[in-house]
Amino acid sequence: MIKRNNKHIDNPFYDPTLNGRHRKSKRFKAFTATSLIFSIAFLIFFLYDMISKGTPAFEQAYIKVDVTYNEESIENSRTAISSEYLGVVSRAWLREIPRHVEQNPSLMGQTISVWALADDQVDQYLKGHYYKLKRKDRALIDDLKAYGNVELKFNKIFFTNGDSKIPEFAGLNSAVIGSILTLIITMLFAFPIGVMTAIYLEEFADDNKFTQTIEVNINNLAAIPSILFGLLGLAIFINLFGLPRSSPLVGGLTLALMTLPIIIVSSRAALRAVPDSIRQAGYGLGLTKIEVTRDHVLPLAFPGILTGSIIGLAQAMGETAPLIIIGMIAFIPDAPSSVFHAATVMPAQLFTWSGMPERMYVEKTAAGIMVLLTILISLNSFAIYLRKKYEVKW
Amino acid sequence: MLKERVIKIALILASTISILTTFGILFSILFEAISFFQLRSFWYFLTGTTWSPGVIGSQFGAVPIFAGTLMITFIAMAVALPVGLGSAIYMSEYATGRTRDYLKPVLEILAGIPTVVYGFFAAITVAPFVVKAADFFGLEATFNSALASGIVMGIMIIPVISSLSDDVIRAVPDSQRKASLGLGMTQGETIKNIVLPSALPGIISATLLGFSKAIGETMIVVMAAGLRPNLSFNPLEDMTTVTVRIVDALVGDQAFNSPETLSAFALGLALFVVTLFLNIISLMMIRKFKEKYKVNTL
Repeated sequence: MIKRNNKHIDNPFYDPTLNGRHRKSKRFKAFTATSLIFSIAFLIFFLYDMISKGTPAFEQAYIKVDVTYNEESIENSRTAISSEYLGVVSRAWLREIPRHVEQNPSLMGQTISVWALADDQVDQYLKGHYYKLKRKDRALIDDLKAYGNVELKFNKIFFTNGDSKIPEFAGLNSAVIGSILTLIITMLFAFPIGVMTAIYLEEFADDNKFTQTIEVNINNLAAIPSILFGLLGLAIFINLFGLPRSSPLVGGLTLALMTLPIIIVSSRAALRAVPDSIRQAGYGLGLTKIEVTRDHVLPLAFPGILTGSIIGLAQAMGETAPLIIIGMIAFIPDAPSSVFHAATVMPAQLFTWSGMPERMYVEKTAAGIMVLLTILISLNSFAIYLRKKYEVKW
Repeated sequence: MLKERVIKIALILASTISILTTFGILFSILFEAISFFQLRSFWYFLTGTTWSPGVIGSQFGAVPIFAGTLMITFIAMAVALPVGLGSAIYMSEYATGRTRDYLKPVLEILAGIPTVVYGFFAAITVAPFVVKAADFFGLEATFNSALASGIVMGIMIIPVISSLSDDVIRAVPDSQRKASLGLGMTQGETIKNIVLPSALPGIISATLLGFSKAIGETMIVVMAAGLRPNLSFNPLEDMTTVTVRIVDALVGDQAFNSPETLSAFALGLALFVVTLFLNIISLMMIRKFKEKYKVNTL
């Protein structure tokens, strides 16, 4: 130790603590890097977990069985197939048999070999998950498998069907339509009101008490917990105005109020980015304030406004809590035909499925999450693309 | 110019919607909460320790619910604060421009994940893991532990803290760093002694915002935390939060004017008051920072 110190004895600037301080500095840098790596590692693990849980749901078990279409089997669809198959073919699929004949009357009186939807337990058994099958049914499946009469096929039902209490028959369709209707209402209200507020605050308003109140309000609105918007929707839209419960109309209005601050803030930023010289030139040519705003400022700010609105839309699309409060978690097997009918939205559907006891719903929830995240990430990427494309340096 | 006047009035009307919304929320909650307090004692709500709705002689003492909310919020902040702040420091002080361009979108994805998805992840992946890990250390954890939902909630809040902190840290003038480095401070010392104290109002603002997000977060706790009001300090036990009880009170089939249903609005009022308070302080802190450095981009 003494030797090491001697080396520096002639250097008047030598600081014996320096090495330690540099080590400390390095440790600090390592800490900050670790925290960032933690976030990224979480994201990777999360995506891996969802994909590995959700991918199996895109395939579903089908069984080849002989189906007899006659008067008796339409009356009681359990007689349409040989009774030994009753434990392995989906009950929901059997119930559909009269509809098959309705759609295709030439089936009447025939016995044909069809790929029938299998029971969810068969599906889970084939995928190697936990299953509850009677011993004789399991033997039957093993037998059929040997002949190639059981297969995992692409799960079309997941995209074409609505919700169902029978897990193999449940799909996202009605929730997707509900989401679309809800978001149309959201945008119909939030977009014009948001943009108008932004225009007023940025182009017309003087800095007075009124505008300051609006400003503070917008900031507060952005930070109010989403569930409180649900309480607002319940108390005002449903109890006071008497709008139909669980409907896309109420859901859309509630989400619109939540999305408003996002649209206002981003629209204001876009309007502020338009240089004053453009306004001055317009005034110089004798245009009125409204003409300048409408014909010159707004078109230039539009890409920015659109970007913010898409981000707001994506956020509204993932929101669940307020919609639960206004009753959008009801069991909705059929897609809503108007904004006044009871509907469910994608995140609410996922919430319902995640609470179901059957193992297959876990798979379906994860698959639904994959669909939802794909839509959200595409929306956000589109917004970023727009921003990059129309980015102007004045 | 009648048309101009009409347009201007339309713009003003649109602007008042945000004010109307805030008052709408306040009054719709307040009136229902008042009718709740006409049925049940306000003081017992604030100080009582038994929450037992739906039974004969039901009691509404919210202390265990507030305690559960605070517990889960603290776990969330214990995850989100170091990780979020660390990420922000790395991105603004150490990372090169290009790395930043790649890293920022990753955190933005984290911010864009819907909370129902986080809730599912907490319930299906993290909660069983917590049970297993606790078992490994010879402890006992429930599947609805406060720890599982707290951790996932913390991850959800990381981007809230990191992006605002990143903004304020970058807004600290470079001259301060150069002066400090020129006097022989190491980079770590410069950040800790000069940059972070300068950015402190902004960082406090980010923290409070994260705090209010955690208190108001619903889906994660509805899906992963318990329903049982539990006054305990053990994060491995199940606990319930304000938002969970609000959802639980309103998805049932009780009559709207029963104290069970109206209790949701009393809890909502508490949530509104607390988060509004946190948001106002947060806004004041960030304004203080802006005045100090004359930045207007935040």
